[in-house]
Amino acid sequence: MRIELERRRQQSPLFSIFSPFLALLLTVLAGVIIFWLLGKNPFSALYSFFVEPLTEVWSLHELTIKAAPLIIIAVGLSVCFRSNNWNIGAEGQFIMGAVAGSILPVLLPSMQGYIVLPLMMLMGMLGGAAYAAIPALLKTRFNTNEILSSLMLVYVAQLFLDWLVRGAWRNPEGFNFPETREFHDYAILPEIVPSSGPTNYGFVFAIIVTLLTWFMMRHMLKGFEVSVLGQSTRAGRFAGFSNSKMVFFAFLFSGALAGLAGISEVSGAIERLQPVISPGYGFTAIIVAFLGRLNPLGIFAAGLVLALTYLGGEAAQISIGLPDKIADVFQGLLLFFVLGCDTLINYRVKLVFDRTVKEGGVS
Amino acid sequence: MVEARQDGDDCLLEVRDLTKIFGEFRANDGIDLKINSSEVHALLGENGAGKSTLVKMLFGSLEPSGGQIYWKGDPVEIRSPGQARALGIGMVFQHFSLFEALTVAENIALSMDNDVPIEKLADQAEKLSREYGLPLDPNAHVADLSVGERQRIEIVRTLLQNPELIILDEPTSVLTPQEADKLFETLEKIRSEGRSVLYISHRLEEVKRLCDRATVLRHGKVTGACDPGQETAASLARMMVGSEVKAVTQHAGSAGDEVLLQTNGLSAPARTPFAVALKNINLSVNRGEIIGIAGVAGNGQSELFEMLSGEFLAHDANAIAIGGKPVGKLDISGRRLLGAAFVPEERHGHAAVSQMSLSDNMILARHRSDAKVFLEGGPLKIINRGAVKTAAQRIVEDMDVRKSGEDPQASSLSGGNLQKYIVGRELDRQPSVMIVNQPTWGVDAGAASRIRQALIDLAENGSAVVIISQDLDEIFEVATKIAVINEGTLTEAEPAADMTLERIGLLMGGVHGEDHGSEASHAH
Repeated sequence: MRIELERRRQQSPLFSIFSPFLALLLTVLAGVIIFWLLGKNPFSALYSFFVEPLTEVWSLHELTIKAAPLIIIAVGLSVCFRSNNWNIGAEGQFIMGAVAGSILPVLLPSMQGYIVLPLMMLMGMLGGAAYAAIPALLKTRFNTNEILSSLMLVYVAQLFLDWLVRGAWRNPEGFNFPETREFHDYAILPEIVPSSGPTNYGFVFAIIVTLLTWFMMRHMLKGFEVSVLGQSTRAGRFAGFSNSKMVFFAFLFSGALAGLAGISEVSGAIERLQPVISPGYGFTAIIVAFLGRLNPLGIFAAGLVLALTYLGGEAAQISIGLPDKIADVFQGLLLFFVLGCDTLINYRVKLVFDRTVKEGGVS
Repeated sequence: MVEARQDGDDCLLEVRDLTKIFGEFRANDGIDLKINSSEVHALLGENGAGKSTLVKMLFGSLEPSGGQIYWKGDPVEIRSPGQARALGIGMVFQHFSLFEALTVAENIALSMDNDVPIEKLADQAEKLSREYGLPLDPNAHVADLSVGERQRIEIVRTLLQNPELIILDEPTSVLTPQEADKLFETLEKIRSEGRSVLYISHRLEEVKRLCDRATVLRHGKVTGACDPGQETAASLARMMVGSEVKAVTQHAGSAGDEVLLQTNGLSAPARTPFAVALKNINLSVNRGEIIGIAGVAGNGQSELFEMLSGEFLAHDANAIAIGGKPVGKLDISGRRLLGAAFVPEERHGHAAVSQMSLSDNMILARHRSDAKVFLEGGPLKIINRGAVKTAAQRIVEDMDVRKSGEDPQASSLSGGNLQKYIVGRELDRQPSVMIVNQPTWGVDAGAASRIRQALIDLAENGSAVVIISQDLDEIFEVATKIAVINEGTLTEAEPAADMTLERIGLLMGGVHGEDHGSEASHAH
């Protein structure tokens, strides 16, 4: 006996819409089982993981701070994935964006004024894009697998940041702590409503990026080009679109947005560079992109959901006494169920029993 | 040629009231079919008539929704191809499933259900192939073989299973006339051994020549069972399409002097190990001319098309000229702006994106040439969906494209209807140069005649048309001049009236320079 996946002739439109919700439900059910096996009351654990963070204003603010980078990165990745380019290195581009954007406040702290922040954002995007250009170049020139090259560059970026903050960029007045100097006031992304909580303009960037990308993919020829080349390079060539230019566009676009997320995070939430600046936003954003069905609007919602797992992980440490790695478990489960549901929308599972009939004239 | 037919009792395979329903669509609706032993039985029908569905049920790759299959009088359920083979049903597919990097013997070994040592298998295969007049070298690599030889592998590996019924799906669509003759001899031999053949084809002459009986399908139902020898091609076609196929009308002598498309010693190296290099191709097409390029598949047709369309650029700008302008280094969009239009062979994933709507597929080919209408917002290039939909609707009406829904996905259209849309999309621009690769490949008779007529009309209105086709009937029907492509070289185009089927067949097989065609009229 073996299991075969048979392509469905028609995908159910209903299930295409409900698949992310179904995946969420299955994740929660799996969570119940996990908590139960760990000897915790599943329902109170789920409550403190998924619901409690939504009950207080300050934690809603935290949610937006966690969601903003996820959304910005995932929106960029959605364009890249739709063009059939697999940028797995957003985490590295996030870091390099943060590094490039931090050049002004770290190296030129005397440069002050309202121009600093826009310049930082711009340099952050350029840094992320430049770093993403490496796998794009390798792919177009040497036919290198971009999944591997972009992923491996993440570790290069992490070590580069580590080296910077311990070496060249270390705060001279910082008692040898591995951090850069704190950003000055003009280099800090302001809070939107300081009286209410720490939500900063990163969340506004997330909204703008979502809407603009949605418009591009939906209404502009560029978005059409992305979809065509993503589905068939041959049809794309027939249309007069260049696939190698698209590889660069996809990587530069997603790299720039990852870089924007990086510098926004550093300038808005951390306010300095330190050895670790991301709890894995660049990887979690891949889950966000797929949970949002590679649609910017869907990604916005999915970003909020995944941000909740970060908060839930923190809450789990405090109120249930579980390590915050439980957040990773939930993220992994979610991706598994999203991809599983998507596969079952496109394919049906068929059990094949080998029952060779021995009759008739067989040689 | 047809020997005494045996009717009645020695029924090998019978199908009663066989039905297959996909969703609400009845792909097969109460099919009755009877195949006797030692007969060649034709299955005729347009694209989408349900031939493939029926055959897939007989071969166990689809499960019937209703009805019963009888094998030698006993009711059977065929759940898998393996089971079909065990019963004694073999199938030769239209699209070969061979590994190019492996040898003939290795490919055969892969398809066998039981483990036989490969040396023994190679011997068996060679012996069998000689017996049936299908010579094969078991140690040759598939990549080095012609399409005809590859088909032999498929036939031989089916015969190795010692089947009583062989199903052949459009077997001659890839063969030269001479290769097809060889195949017919083999089929006669198979029949004389008491085996039966279910022969799927849309080539009516062939069916008349070869088959003892025919079953005709239309819209999933049997519309006729007949002795094809007693029918005319026209009466068979009528059963297939339900109405008389409109004859294509050709008006003579509208060719002008102005050269609209020209290649000057166009050469191109092979891009992949399995591609064909183009060698010194000289082609010149005048206003009002239709040049038919005949040839067996895989002799450089796609490579020539890619060069002419600009999907891949020539090394020399002067190698190709459109309307007198050198375009060798101009991309496909630039060539379209000069008035050229292109229809590639492959509909899905080349001429159209299957998962996109018809209107999106309109943008695919015309976003540049029709930028003024289709795009707005200057550099933002915002797609004007209304204008695109209007244009798509215009083509649907002009070409009588049958579809369900307002703007369905390309994949939901039948091959013929999608091809009408794709050809119509280019014709709608009134191109001055039109290059079409396999214009009616896998297209039903009604759609094919409509497409051919449209191409003829286009030439009559002063355009230059190039048709690359494996279908010689089609070439004789529409072309004013005929050239033959073989191993990447192109013969000089000669007036169609001076060409014979035999001469083209020889040129296709690579025989040049001999004068075989003194008779002025060709075989049609």
